Amino acid sequence: MLITDGPTPVISIQDITVQFGGIVALDAVEFDIREGEILGLIGPNGAGKTTLFNCLSRLYTPTDGDIAFLGNSILGLPANKIAGLGIGRTFQNVACFANLSVRDNVRIGAHSDSRSDPLSDALRLPWVRREEQKIDAVTADLLGWLDLGDVAELPVGGLPFGTQKRVELARALASDPKLLLLDEPACGLNHDEVQELETIIRRIRDERGVTVLLVEHHMSLVMSVSDRVVVLNFGRKIAEGTPEEVQKNPDVVAAYLGDGH
Amino acid sequence: MTDIAHTDHRNPGLTAPAYRPADAPRRRLLSGGNIVTLLVLALLISIPIYSKGFFVFQMTQMLVYAIAVLGLNLLTGINGQFSLGHSAFYAIGAYTCAILVELGGVNYMLTIPIAGIVAFGFGFLFAFPALRLEGLYLALATFALAVATPQLLKLHAIEQWTGGVQGIVMFQDTFDVPVPFGLDMDPGVWTFYLTLFVFAVVYVLAMALVKSRTGRAMMAIRDNPIAARSMGISLPYYKATAFGVSALVTGIAGALNAIVIKFVAPDSFTFFFAILILVGMVIGGVGWLQGCLIGGLAMLYLPNIAEIFDNVVLWFAGLFGFADLLPSGNALQQQFIRLSGVIYGVILVLFIYVAPSGAGGLIRAIVSRVKRLTS
Ligand SMILES: Nc1ncnc2c1ncn2[C@@H]1O[C@H](COP(=O)(O)OP(=O)(O)OP(=O)(O)O)[C@@H](O)[C@H]1O
Ligand SMILES: [Mg+2]
Repeated sequence: MLITDGPTPVISIQDITVQFGGIVALDAVEFDIREGEILGLIGPNGAGKTTLFNCLSRLYTPTDGDIAFLGNSILGLPANKIAGLGIGRTFQNVACFANLSVRDNVRIGAHSDSRSDPLSDALRLPWVRREEQKIDAVTADLLGWLDLGDVAELPVGGLPFGTQKRVELARALASDPKLLLLDEPACGLNHDEVQELETIIRRIRDERGVTVLLVEHHMSLVMSVSDRVVVLNFGRKIAEGTPEEVQKNPDVVAAYLGDGH
Repeated sequence: MTDIAHTDHRNPGLTAPAYRPADAPRRRLLSGGNIVTLLVLALLISIPIYSKGFFVFQMTQMLVYAIAVLGLNLLTGINGQFSLGHSAFYAIGAYTCAILVELGGVNYMLTIPIAGIVAFGFGFLFAFPALRLEGLYLALATFALAVATPQLLKLHAIEQWTGGVQGIVMFQDTFDVPVPFGLDMDPGVWTFYLTLFVFAVVYVLAMALVKSRTGRAMMAIRDNPIAARSMGISLPYYKATAFGVSALVTGIAGALNAIVIKFVAPDSFTFFFAILILVGMVIGGVGWLQGCLIGGLAMLYLPNIAEIFDNVVLWFAGLFGFADLLPSGNALQQQFIRLSGVIYGVILVLFIYVAPSGAGGLIRAIVSRVKRLTS
């Protein structure tokens, strides 16, 4: 395990290996995410970034290694317990609930942070109504915060891609996560929207105290918003450090030049 | 890079713009939807006033079917799981009612919720092995359930309860549904109001459920199961619950059917009945619970349409001298369901291609068109 002198790690990724048949998607990757930081995770296509996200949200089970959240292994938990722990995520290709309204999408984000049972729900008992008010307040706040008020009652499926990405962000924040995993949030956004996104990511950390793990191909965004950057290539971690350090790292330069050209 | 990128992000107070929470629009009491609901309710309540006898009976049957359509829609429309086997849960409800009334001497009204609970249990238990099945495989498993049910009900070992092939005739001692509370009411009219009451209660509870945290979890699974799991939604729990609740509602419809017909028999609950419920749901609008009355009407009149279809086929057959090749008399009665199967299939395909969102989709399209024109 890494010994960090900074704040305690929120997540500690310990020698994670993932194999799909013959493909080694992740090869003994290890790094920590420290509380309150924005950690950029970059790497060429197929480097294993999304695979790592899927391990963190327990959609995939690593072949080897461990993942500890606030000191406890999460590998014994099913995927649907992860949001409740305080790990929220967005998806590389938007994965909204297309037939539901923006508001309902965000309400569903608050699922893990609220209680009910089918019988009490059908009877609208007072205690579930109070839960519902709590969910509605969180939702209304996030919709306002991310400027989604105007489209709140529209089905998500028909909205522009950029708006859907913001809905996903709001949905992930609705569970009040400690750690937010963002998988290529800038993908498909125009220049202005990327600027806006950068502000949003900062505000998520600063105003909501959320630690952020950001996977992104948009280099200027990653380099300006991240406190530290981890670089993957062919499933291996090849660099870790401040944006300046990483950009100067010869292995990183080689990986990107070798892949892109 | 603009200024935003270089503002001091450790000092949010300086950059954070003010924003207002986007509260949900208040539910208006006199919204268009509520007015339509009240009008439909008034129309239903007044049915026995301006009509009687057979039409009241038919409308009772329609309401029973509407409950069954509602039940299936909770599973398919809300949770995205298919079932070709809802005739089985309908049968479970009907037999629970008949056995409790005839052998247990239980008040028939009390058997309605009991039938629902029993059907819930069966649905929930059936769901567990079925959880791993999706799409086509789930359809096959439920199909097997539908095919097996009439045969199971005929089993010799349980004949003392089910009455075997003969089934159970209900209310033998009173000849008709007993009207309670000393009311001076025609039994047919009483059954209509009882059914309407149960329909209204089931409808209100189902709507509340769909709009709740549970309902949203079910719809999230329908729209995107992986994202739903990542939001903390347990797929086995909500899928089994949806199956159970769907079976519960369908079982209640089955119990009411037993009371309305005053008779249960295995062959009323064949696979074709499951298809009929499915057709009713597709016509009413998959995922649109309000369409259940339209679905109920469709279920009521489709067999008649199928009969007309049969007669047309017979007429043509006679015209061209093929009549000998077709079954006649009793044999035709047996073949009838096959021809019905054809017409159900044709209507199903038509709706899926022409109006994939059913009558519900058409109505919503018209409403939004009118709204756009008037605004
Ligand atoms: N479910 C899966 N089954 C088989 N192989 C997979 C699966 N998921 C990912 N892989 C493989 O694992 C490797 C890493 O993929 P991954 O999606 O994690 O890359 P990535 O870094 O997110 O790439 P990109 O930047 O293109 O999104 C690739 O070779 C991919 O084909
Ligand atoms: Mg990826």
